[in-house]
Amino acid sequence: MSDLPYRIVIGLEVHVQLLTRTKLFCGCSTQFGLPPNSATCPVCTGLPGTLPVMNRRAFELALRAALALNCEIARFTKWDRKNYYYPDLPKNYQISQYDLPFSKDGWLEIDTLAGPKRVGIIRAHLEEDAGKMLHDEKGGGRDSLVDLNRTGTPLLEIVSYPEINSPDEAKAYLEEIRLLLREIGVSDCEMQEGSLRCDANINLHILNPSPPTPLPHGERGAFPPLPPSQVWGWPATPIVEVKNLNSIRAVGRAMEYEADRQYRKFQEDGRKLGEEPKETRGWDEARGVTLPQRRKEEAADYRYFPEPDLVPVVVDDAWLAQARAALGELPAQQRARLVQQYALSEYDAGVLTRQGRALVAYFEEVARLSGDSKAACNWVTNQVLATLNEQKIDIGSFPLSATRLTGLLVEVRNSGMPAQRSREVYARMIETGESAKEAMEALGIKVVGDADALREIVARAVAANPKAVADFKKGKTKAADAIKGAVMRETKGMARMELVQQLVLEALEKS
Amino acid sequence: MIERSAAALLDSLSRGEMSAEALTAAFLAAIRQREPKVRAFLHVDEAGALEQARAVDLRRQRGEPLGPLAGLPVAVKDLLCTRGQRTTCASKVLEDFVPPYDAHVVTRLKQAGAILIGKTNLDEFAMGSSTENSAYQVTRNPWDLERTPGGSSGGSAAAVAAGEAPLALGTDTGGSIRQPASLCGVVGLKPTYGRVSRLGLVAFASSLDQVGPFAHDVAGVARLLEVIAGHDPRDSTSVDRPVPPYSQSLERPVKPLAIGVPREHFGAGLDAAVEQAVRAALALYQRLGAEVKEVSLPNSPHAIAAYYLVATAEASSNLARYDGVHYGHRAAVYDDLIHMVERSRGEGFGAEVKRRIMLGTFVLSAGYKDAYYLKALKVRRLIRTDFDRAFQECEVIAGPTSPTPAFKIGERTDDPLTMYLSDVYTIGANLAGIAGISIPCGFTGTGLPIGLQLQAPPFEEEKLLRIARLYERETDWHTRRPKLV
Ligand SMILES: [Zn+2]
Repeated sequence: MSDLPYRIVIGLEVHVQLLTRTKLFCGCSTQFGLPPNSATCPVCTGLPGTLPVMNRRAFELALRAALALNCEIARFTKWDRKNYYYPDLPKNYQISQYDLPFSKDGWLEIDTLAGPKRVGIIRAHLEEDAGKMLHDEKGGGRDSLVDLNRTGTPLLEIVSYPEINSPDEAKAYLEEIRLLLREIGVSDCEMQEGSLRCDANINLHILNPSPPTPLPHGERGAFPPLPPSQVWGWPATPIVEVKNLNSIRAVGRAMEYEADRQYRKFQEDGRKLGEEPKETRGWDEARGVTLPQRRKEEAADYRYFPEPDLVPVVVDDAWLAQARAALGELPAQQRARLVQQYALSEYDAGVLTRQGRALVAYFEEVARLSGDSKAACNWVTNQVLATLNEQKIDIGSFPLSATRLTGLLVEVRNSGMPAQRSREVYARMIETGESAKEAMEALGIKVVGDADALREIVARAVAANPKAVADFKKGKTKAADAIKGAVMRETKGMARMELVQQLVLEALEKS
Repeated sequence: MIERSAAALLDSLSRGEMSAEALTAAFLAAIRQREPKVRAFLHVDEAGALEQARAVDLRRQRGEPLGPLAGLPVAVKDLLCTRGQRTTCASKVLEDFVPPYDAHVVTRLKQAGAILIGKTNLDEFAMGSSTENSAYQVTRNPWDLERTPGGSSGGSAAAVAAGEAPLALGTDTGGSIRQPASLCGVVGLKPTYGRVSRLGLVAFASSLDQVGPFAHDVAGVARLLEVIAGHDPRDSTSVDRPVPPYSQSLERPVKPLAIGVPREHFGAGLDAAVEQAVRAALALYQRLGAEVKEVSLPNSPHAIAAYYLVATAEASSNLARYDGVHYGHRAAVYDDLIHMVERSRGEGFGAEVKRRIMLGTFVLSAGYKDAYYLKALKVRRLIRTDFDRAFQECEVIAGPTSPTPAFKIGERTDDPLTMYLSDVYTIGANLAGIAGISIPCGFTGTGLPIGLQLQAPPFEEEKLLRIARLYERETDWHTRRPKLV
């Protein structure tokens, strides 16, 4: 697959903000962009005597996500406190899940150059988010400000196995997670708003002539995973955690940079995994480099212990069934169904699915009404998507209903309208809200549908162009083009080219 | 008038024999007169109390519905949040902290028409057994002003004993209601964990803390418990179970009645006068028809160790929030953020609180957690099993509340381990989450009160109160008052 002198090993930790109206342990709003510290209360600001109460909706969304990630759901799960001091964490502990996460052992299928691939998921757990700090570096923190609006927002942390082997796979993994979680209504995964965040652990297995000694098939390290050097028998570089990855593109770029940097460093110092402590680096988007990060807390001993203010959560059959029922069709299932049911290509099915359920539903409606899934797919994946992108809207606010678009498809099919003209009609429909017929009329496009009507126009064109007829008879077949052009002008392009071609030839030969 | 029981005062109020304002004024007068000696209160809200009392009187005049404690003053431990009123936890850290909310129990008191007369002293953040760890003042035992009232709810116990309030609320994490009740000659009850909402109770050790009542007698405690008990959806650990009308069934006999006496509670360290009084109480129960039998709590020797690991671990996390960043004491001078947090905490916390934060941080640390914290959790489960097993043979477990009567001020402050042993008989109930009560059962030769502890299975407060009342009816210890004037 690649001729790099190393194999890249990436594990991703993804934090996803759940789509709840209120925070995980209090009733404050989770809305993005409110004035600083306006969405806060005694609970999420950690005032003395306050107590957390779990938001059941958040747990349900998390359950749904874990099911979609093929995770095993724990029937008994508890909350733990992760203790560390930071001003954006008003209690100085974060309510999280430690040894009994509500889900574990899942997988996510991604598309790679070599075909579909399953990336294992170690665990997914729920936790509360911290606030945001606006640092004052000059004043040594004296004038730093804290915004606690985000404090207590429900986060789902999804930890993958180190089974991602290229920057492209890392991007595909994130794109698939984003699509999946959006589709099942768990998160809007807006990286700009911080509702999807990602940290990456990356190192390299340096290929050397001696053959690798992989573990028996199917065996995977328990949590925490085995050092990859033990798994493969190849020298591995020290693991680096890369933070501050604010877009999927940044993840790809950072992984590429980091792989290259680690290989060069290995060639220089030859240092292997275990020979130096795990390093944390931050991605500098502007400079396109990773830089060593100052450690937030020197020794990361979080002193986890069970959160005594919350009771354990018991997931019974009914609750699980309810979460499963809320899942609906997952993207992977949907892709397969579109291929099978509508005879679409894998590529087209992928394009449609990536746009979300609403667009797929739109496509399916057009396909059903028109009885032509191929045309429906062409129109939706080309014109409709282009319009959505141009206007920066989603299918919910798209001006043409499925019925209207189907009207256009039918006109095109019946009239044999050339592509260029049909796009003009489409554009007018979008602009004015007219039906296909109305738009065509307004554009002066008359359907020259039947061969008889066209034959008359052809006959007139032949009569009006004696020179072309004469040239044709002399063997200049190209002279027919002038007749065809006249016909097209006459019909305002509203005649099917093959039919015109056929009728013109017929007429010329007869004349 | 102020020496009478809460139930008697409530009867007089409802019969219109006295106004709430007059009663409140009488208690405020007693406070003014006795506080210089006792120092039970951190804040007394004279104007607010009188205003509340007048409002109750007005409602009564108009024939409007009144709550079960209408017009009766109640003192509240300053670990319980009161909206718009300073709540210091007897700590410098929260010297100016004014909560924007009431603790659930305070809301219940207001709904019941109680007069919130003031906030009582405690060991800082409830960490202590003598109320000497208060950052503000030392409270004295009304029976002997040279001695401590016990703790950590020493202010509440002393206020009731001194006749400064007929009822008071305390909190009990390892004996902080029962031990001061015992040392001050009043009744104090720690409810089952989950019986009373902890919302607004500033946490010391969340899995052990409970709010509970103080009164001169069992009936007073029953009345106050009725008001504060019950489910609160804002506290996830509060249990949704009906609250029996405790004060209605007090006189009903408990038959058959088996009283378990744990042999482990009569060992070394038990004061002779205390043992004698407790044995006499058991003998009285026997005369009243109870079967008194020996039971065993074999893991109780490990209770103190387990308690100080679990409680301090939770405390180290619960008290992490007092960093000077968002509220509370912030050092005036500092170099950077870390320095600010260090100095704010260093200045704000007293020695005992620091000791417990350090201990708790240590026992949760990597490399020590298994040997200390996790082992303590295992011992905690064994202690719960001990109680379950013992309760198969008896209705209540009886013994001394505290191994000694009230000790001298300053006597144990340099010896935290001896101080910790004050709670040796009471912490089991917190670790097991069961209910416990301390009732007066006699006096030492020098006139110091002695308490009898009764413990009942979870949510058996009704039976516990009836069994306590059975003894109280036959004795007059609870009617005695210290001579303060
Ligand atoms: Zn809030």
